[in-house]
Amino acid sequence: MSKLDSKIPPGPIDKKWTYHKGHMRIVAPANKRRIDVIVVGTGLAGASAAASLAEMGYNVKAFCFQDSARRAHSIAAQGGINAAKNYMNDGDSTYRLFYDTVKGGDYRAREANVYRLAEVSANIIDQCVAQGVPFARDYGGLLDNRSFGGVQVSRTFYARGQTGQQLLLGAYSALMRQVGKGTVKMYDRHEMLDVVIVDGKARGIIARNLITGEIERHGAHAVLLCTGGYGNVFFLSTNAMGSNVTAAWKAHKRGAFFGNPCYTQIHPTCIPVSGTHQSKLTLMSESLRNDGRIWVPAKLEDAKAIREGKKKGSDIPEADRDYYLERRYPAFGNLVPRDVASRAAKERCDAGFGVNKTGEAVYLDFSAAIERYGKLQANILKLENPSKEKIRELGEAVVSEKYGNLFDMYENIVGENPYKEPMKIYPAVHYTMGGLWVDYNLQTTVPGLFALGEANFSDHGANRLGASALMQGLADGYFVIPYTVGDYLADDIRTGPIDTKRPEFDAAEKEVTDRINHFINNKGTKPVDEFHRRLGKVMWDKCGMARNEQGLKEAIQEIRQIRAEFWKDVRVPGKANEFNQELEKAGRVADFLELGELMCMDALHRNESCGGHFREEYQEMEGPQQGEAKRDDANFAYVAAWEWLGEAGKAELHKEPLTFEEVKLTQRSYNKDRANCSVDPSVRRYTTR
Amino acid sequence: MARTALLGSSLTKKYWMALTGLFLCLFLVIHLAGNLQLLDASPEGRLKFNAYAKFMTTFPLIKVVSYLLYFSILFHAFDGILLAMQNRQARPTRYVKEKPSANRTWYSGQMALLGSLLLVFIVLHMKHFWYEMHWGGLPVDAEGNTDLFTVVAAAFQEPLYVVFYVVAMAVLAFHLLHGFQSAFQSLGLNHPRYTPIIKNVGVFFGVVVPILFALIPVWMFAFPG
Amino acid sequence: MGNMKLTLKIWRQNGPNDKGRMETYPVNDVSEDMSFLEMLDVLNDQLIREGKDPVAFDHDCREGICGMCSLFINGEPHGPGRGITTCQLHMRKFKDGDTIFIEPWRSAAFPVIKDLSTNRSAFDRIQAAGGFVSVNTSGNLVDGNAVPIPKDDADKAFDAATCIGCGACVATCPNGSAMLFVAAKVSQFALLPQGRPEAKRRVLAMVDQMDKEGFGNCSNTGACEVECPKGISLEHIARMNREYLAASVTKE
Ligand SMILES: Cc1cc2nc3c(=O)[nH]c(=O)nc-3n(C[C@H](O)[C@H](O)[C@H](O)COP(=O)(O)OP(=O)(O)OC[C@H]3O[C@@H](n4cnc5c(N)ncnc54)[C@H](O)[C@@H]3O)c2cc1C
Ligand code: HEM
Ligand code: SF4
Ligand code: FES
Repeated sequence: MSKLDSKIPPGPIDKKWTYHKGHMRIVAPANKRRIDVIVVGTGLAGASAAASLAEMGYNVKAFCFQDSARRAHSIAAQGGINAAKNYMNDGDSTYRLFYDTVKGGDYRAREANVYRLAEVSANIIDQCVAQGVPFARDYGGLLDNRSFGGVQVSRTFYARGQTGQQLLLGAYSALMRQVGKGTVKMYDRHEMLDVVIVDGKARGIIARNLITGEIERHGAHAVLLCTGGYGNVFFLSTNAMGSNVTAAWKAHKRGAFFGNPCYTQIHPTCIPVSGTHQSKLTLMSESLRNDGRIWVPAKLEDAKAIREGKKKGSDIPEADRDYYLERRYPAFGNLVPRDVASRAAKERCDAGFGVNKTGEAVYLDFSAAIERYGKLQANILKLENPSKEKIRELGEAVVSEKYGNLFDMYENIVGENPYKEPMKIYPAVHYTMGGLWVDYNLQTTVPGLFALGEANFSDHGANRLGASALMQGLADGYFVIPYTVGDYLADDIRTGPIDTKRPEFDAAEKEVTDRINHFINNKGTKPVDEFHRRLGKVMWDKCGMARNEQGLKEAIQEIRQIRAEFWKDVRVPGKANEFNQELEKAGRVADFLELGELMCMDALHRNESCGGHFREEYQEMEGPQQGEAKRDDANFAYVAAWEWLGEAGKAELHKEPLTFEEVKLTQRSYNKDRANCSVDPSVRRYTTR
Repeated sequence: MARTALLGSSLTKKYWMALTGLFLCLFLVIHLAGNLQLLDASPEGRLKFNAYAKFMTTFPLIKVVSYLLYFSILFHAFDGILLAMQNRQARPTRYVKEKPSANRTWYSGQMALLGSLLLVFIVLHMKHFWYEMHWGGLPVDAEGNTDLFTVVAAAFQEPLYVVFYVVAMAVLAFHLLHGFQSAFQSLGLNHPRYTPIIKNVGVFFGVVVPILFALIPVWMFAFPG
Repeated sequence: MGNMKLTLKIWRQNGPNDKGRMETYPVNDVSEDMSFLEMLDVLNDQLIREGKDPVAFDHDCREGICGMCSLFINGEPHGPGRGITTCQLHMRKFKDGDTIFIEPWRSAAFPVIKDLSTNRSAFDRIQAAGGFVSVNTSGNLVDGNAVPIPKDDADKAFDAATCIGCGACVATCPNGSAMLFVAAKVSQFALLPQGRPEAKRRVLAMVDQMDKEGFGNCSNTGACEVECPKGISLEHIARMNREYLAASVTKE
C-alpha cells in the first residue's frame, strides 16, 4: 500500500491543479541549463513534452525508432480531439467533460487526473491553433466541432479525417524548432532498450542506433517515457507495425509498476482479416455508424452460402437480415458504445453468422442511407417520380461526399465497391488503457522516471472515449509535465552531468548486449513473426473482447509455452552491428511474450466486467439488461498496479483504491431508453462550477 | 552580391530562366513577323525585306535590345546548363527501371537536351545569316541595302538546309510546349482560373510559332520565285 | 493462400558503402488480397527460413499516413495506382506471372541505408530550418477563435498540410527536386494568419536548407504532383515561388 502514493493535491476538485501548480518548486532558468532530460517517443505526448521542456531551458534528448519524429503512431489518429470549449453552446463545460470521461471509463479512473485533463483541454486547442494546425472551420471562419463517440455535446475538434496527423505535425514543428535552435538533440532510428537506475533514481537509458547497431549510453536527470500503447501484443491491431511495449516493459522490469494491463479497447469498425498473410488492421472511422446499418443474415444457411462465395450480401432479402444492434438496443441502435458494438458482433460471428471467408465479419450497410439521402435530394431537386436508379445515384453522391475517402480506402483494401455491396467490418484491437502506473505528477514508482500519453495507465479508466487519447497526450506533454518535472528536478540543480561510465550503466548495457547476442547466435528455425502471430492468436481468443477464467488460465500456459519455444527456436538473421529489422522485432516480441502473461493475470484477477474488460462470468444473466457487463464496485474499484518480481509470470499486485467524490457510480445501460443514459440529474449542480 | 542575385538559390536561377525564356518568346514573335516577309518573293517583297533587315541591324534602340537578346540567350543557356548539371548530381545513381511516361511528358524532362540543340541551331543560324549580314560583304540590292533575301533564298534551295531548319523548329516546338507555361509557374503565376488559359496559350504558341518558322524554308524551297 | 506467382527484381545493398545490385527472387502463393508489403513479408519469411538475409524496407503505419514506406515499384514511386502509398497498394493491381522491379528512392539527399531503406533526415533538417510558427507552450495564448480564418484558406492550408513527408516527389522527379515537399510546408503556413509574421524568414531559410541538402531544381515537369500519394498540388510550388520572390526582393 505504502508503495502507491498517488500524490493527489488537497482541496476541491476544481482547485487541485491550481493549488498544486502554485505549490510546486520550480527550477530557475540559469539552473535549467544544467539539467538534462531524456524524452523517449515523439508522438503527441513526447513531441509536445520535448518541445516545451526545451523551450523552458532544459537540455533535451529526444528518441524515436522511426526515421523521423513526425512518423510516431499518433499520426494515424483520425477522428478528432475533445476539448471543453463550449463553442457550440450546447452545455459543455470542464465538469461535463470530466464527468463523461469518468463515466465512459466505467469508474475506473482517478478523478483528480481526469478533472485536470478536462481543465487543460481548452488550452490545447489554443496552443495548436497558434502553431498553425489547420483545424476544420465553418464559413464564419470559426472552429468547427462535431459530436463523437456517443457523447451528447459537440466538443470534438477535427481536421478532416486526419486530426492526429495535423496535431502531431504541429507538435513536431515545435520540436523541430527546438532542434534547429540546438536545445533538443534528436535521435531518430534509435530504440531505447533499457532504463538505467542509479541510487534508486532513473538516470539514463541504453539505446541502440538502429542504423549502425551501436549500443549507446545516454545520461539524464530525468527520463520521460512517451512510448505509446501495446496493442500489438495481439499481433493484429490498428497500431503501426512498430508500436511496442519495450520501453515501458523495461521500465517495469526496473521497478515501475504496470497499471491495469488488461484494459484493452476494441474498436468495432475495422476492415476484417482477409487471410493468414494479414499484417495489420485498418480502422474505418466510427462516423460510418451514423449512417450505416449493421447486420448479419438471420439464417445460418445464408451466412454459410456467403462464406462459400455462393451468395452476396446484397442477395439477402430484407426479411432475412438480422439488424442485431437495432434489435437488441432499440434506443441506441447502431450507435451503442464501442465495446458493446464489438461484443455484439463477436457474439453473432461466434454463433455462426459471420460473413467473410474467415467467418469473422458483419455487414455495415449503406443502402438504406443511400435511399434516404437519394429521396431527400430528389425532393430538393423537385424531381417528379424519380426512378429507383436515379434515387440511388443521387444518394450515392451524398454518401460519397460524406464518406468518399473512407469508401475509397475500403475499396482499395478489400477490392469491393461499398456503394453496391455492404461493407464488411469486424472489431479490432485499437488502444490500451493500461500502462505504467503514474501518480498525479505522471511519475512512475521509480523516481525520475515519468510516463506520458498512451504509455501510462491513463486517465481513461477501463475504457477510453473517442477523441480523448489525443487530448491526453497533448495535455500531458504541453501542460502537465512542464510543471511536475520541475518539482522533481529542483533537487538536481547541483548534481552535475550524469556520468555514463558508472557501473550501473555497464550492467545495463551488458544485459542489453547479451540479449542481442543471444538472438543473433541462437540460429533457430523460425522467424520472429511466427511466434508473434501465435501469441496474438492466444491473446485475441482468450484475452480479447470477452474473457473467462478457464480461457485465461489456458492462455497463461500457452503463452509460457510459446515463450519457451521462442527463446529456443527463434531465428534472427544478420548481425548485431548493422541495420537489422528482424533483430528489432525479436526484442519487441520477447517483451510482448512477457507482457501477455501479465495481461492475462490481470484479467484473471479482476472478477468483474468493466469497460474494455469483459468477463463472461460477470454479466447480467437475466432481465432487460441481460448480457450486459456487471461491475463490482465493492471489490474492484481500484487500480491494479503490478510489481515485477524478477521473472515473467511473477508479479505482485498493489491496489490504488479509487474514491469517487464527485461522480456517483451508476451502471451503464444502453438497452433502455435514451433518457436513462443522459447525465444523472443529481450531478447537474456541478455543471456551473 | 551580383552572383547571389543572379544564381544564388535554385529558385533565383529559375526566375532568371523564366524571365529570359519569356523574353526570348517575345523575340520569337517579332522575329517571325519580320521573317514572314520572306514568303513574298516578288521584287518589291525582296526590297521590303532587305530594308527591314537594314532597319533591324542599324536602328539604335533595336541595337540595344538586340544586345539584351544576345545576353539573354547566353544567360538562359548558361543558367539552363548549370541547372541541368545540378539536377544530374542530385541523382547520382539512376533507376534500373523508370517509367517517365506515367507522370510527365517526355519533353518536360528533356529541356536541357532540347535547349542545347537549340543553342547549336542558333549558333549556326547566326553564322549563316547574322554574321554574313554584318561582316559577310554581301552584294547590295536596288535600294542599296544588303541583299539578304537572295542569300536566304539561295540557302533554302539546299534540301539538307531545309531539313535542318525544320528539325530545329520541331525542337523549338517541344521546348516551348513545356517552357511557355513552365515560366509562369516558375514566377509563381499559378491560379486555378488562369493557369488553364496560360497552358492553352502555351500549346498554341508552341505549335504555331515553330510551324510558321518552318514554313518559310519549305515555302522558299518549293517556290523559289 | 493465394495463387499468383511473381518474379521480383529487388535492389540489394548491404550498406551505404556497398555498390549494390539487382537480384531476382521468385515468390509463390501470393494472394490478390495481400498488400504489397505483405507480399514482401511473405518473401522475407521465405528468405529467413532458407537462412538468407531478408530484404530491408521501411514501413510503419501500413495505412498510408506515416509516410515511412517508400518503394520505387516498376518505375514509379509507391507503384502503379494514384493517391496511395506503397503500403496501400494491393496485389490485385498485378497479374500472375508478372515481373516486378523494386528499388529504393534514388536521391543524393536520401542515401541508401540498406537494400530499400533510405535516410530521409534531410526533410527534418529543412523543417528545422523554418517549418514552424515560433510560439512557446503556454496555457494562456489567444483563444483559438480570436482570429477567424476564412474557410477557403483553412481548407487550402489543410490540403498542403496533408503531406506525409514520404519523399515520393523527390524519388520520381527527374531532377531529384524536393520542391513539392518544401512548398507544401511553406504554403500551409503562408496561408494562415498565424504563419504570416515569419513568412519571409521561413521561406528563405527553408529553400536555403533545401539547396544545401543537395536536392535538384524544379523544372515544373509535374511528375511529383501525379505521384504524390496525398495529391499535393503544384499550386503550392507556385505559391512558394511567389513567397520566395517577394521575400528575396524585399530582404535587407
Ligand atoms: C488508427 C488509430 C486511430 C486513432 N484515432 C484517435 C482519435 O481519433 N482520437 C483520439 O483521441 N485518439 C485516437 N487514437 C489513439 C491515439 O492516436 C493514441 O493513443 C495516441 O496518439 C498515442 O500517443 P503517444 O504520444 O502516447 O504515443 P505514440 O504516438 O504511439 O508515440 C510513441 C513514440 O514512442 C517511440 N518509441 C516507442 N518505443 C520506443 C523505444 N523503445 N525507443 C525509442 N522510441 C520509442 C516511437 O518512436 C514514437 O515516437 C487512435 C489510434 C489509432 C491506432
Ligand atoms: C529561342 C530560344 C529559347 C526560348 C524561347 C526558350 C524558352 C524557354 C522557356 C520559356 C523556358 C521555361 C523557363 C522556366 O521553366 O521557368 C525554358 C526553359 C529552359 N531552357 Fe530555354 N529557351 C530557348 C533557348 C534555350 C537554349 C539555347 C538553351 C540552352 C541550353 C535552353 C535551355 C533551357 C533549359 C535547360 C530550360 C529548363 C530549365 C529548367 O526548368 O530547369 N533554352 N526555355
Ligand atoms: S509532397 Fe507528396 S510525395 Fe512529396 S513528401 Fe509530401 S506526400 Fe510525399
Ligand atoms: S507505412 Fe505508413 S504510409 Fe506506408
